[in-house]
Amino acid sequence: MNNKVQNNRAWLLVLPMLVLVAFSAIIPLMTVVNYSVQDVLGPNARFFTGTEWFTTMLNDPNLQAAFGRQVLFSLTILAIQIPLGIGIALLMPKKGWQASAVLILITMPLLVPWNVVGSIWQIFTRGDIGLMGWSLGEIGINYNITRNAGDAWFTIILMDVWHWTPLVAMLCYSGLRSIPEAYYQAARIDRASKWAVFRYIQLPKLINVLVIAVLLRFMHSFMIYAEPFVLTGGGPGSSTTFLTQSLATMAIGQQDLGPSAAFSIIYFLVILLVSWIFYTTIMHMQKDKNSQGGA
Amino acid sequence: MSWMVWTLPTAIFFSSIAAMLAGMTVWELRSPSIERKGFLPISTTRGDRLFISLLSAAFIHLGVVGFTAFPILLASAISVIWLFIMMRWG
Repeated sequence: MNNKVQNNRAWLLVLPMLVLVAFSAIIPLMTVVNYSVQDVLGPNARFFTGTEWFTTMLNDPNLQAAFGRQVLFSLTILAIQIPLGIGIALLMPKKGWQASAVLILITMPLLVPWNVVGSIWQIFTRGDIGLMGWSLGEIGINYNITRNAGDAWFTIILMDVWHWTPLVAMLCYSGLRSIPEAYYQAARIDRASKWAVFRYIQLPKLINVLVIAVLLRFMHSFMIYAEPFVLTGGGPGSSTTFLTQSLATMAIGQQDLGPSAAFSIIYFLVILLVSWIFYTTIMHMQKDKNSQGGA
Repeated sequence: MSWMVWTLPTAIFFSSIAAMLAGMTVWELRSPSIERKGFLPISTTRGDRLFISLLSAAFIHLGVVGFTAFPILLASAISVIWLFIMMRWG
């Protein structure tokens, strides 16, 4: 490290972007903070409430339950999608037209918009006209996502796995493709078992893409809105109501701007914390790698 | 600016954040930060430590406001002490 001050004029080139971000994110966020300490009834009727909204929101049993469900949902889909994605990536053909064909087939669910995914599954699981709902009914399983919370959860998780495992699989596939053939040759010379190849060659080389996959999937699932909203509407009862939906109901449905502003800030801070932990982990791993000479 | 419904406490809050960022910039220009390792498990620069202090300050405030009856100024006082500890030994 040198102690000389570098020429920092290139930073000025960031200014246009900064203006854009200020307009689209920073200034709205500051407004949200302002709203969170007041009860705003109209342009000229607002009352300072201090930290009252924060206290209310943090102690609201419905929101605490929604937060718990959100965490449970994210952890569940991560526990399924990451191993499943790795497995699919390992099974995918490595070259030739088969590789392209499989890639295209696997990518399909990713191209479907969120609310359409919700609609597809909503119809798919109906007992009268949906293939899955009807078939399960015919073989004698009592399956109803509008009445049974367990069924609703099962369906939402199945839907998310269907929609997003391809992303994990594609990331892992690209990670696997970047492993040089020489590693596999060396393993063959040592007569390494398939498991040993996976454990000591493929998995260590996949760690970087896996961290990105976990981060992306966590963020997506922690902010999930349209899919469960269309599929179950948060029901039965409130068994599949996640944080985003509680927030939307509060802010848009009931126009409780102060409480929802406080709630948004808490939500934002949790996401900021998790993202920062992931980001630091990634940067830290890359630093370790560089200091070990790319091992 | 009336649509942003400013209040005095939030104005003070954002002004101090802006002042901190400006101060950090000047400090960085005067004597560039050297990455080092303190009691945190990762090596950090000055900016990293400020960010960690601010983020934990936010959670300290949420904790005090949400789950205790102590005044919010107590959270602020803890946060300032924590900021100092982080910047010095973090």
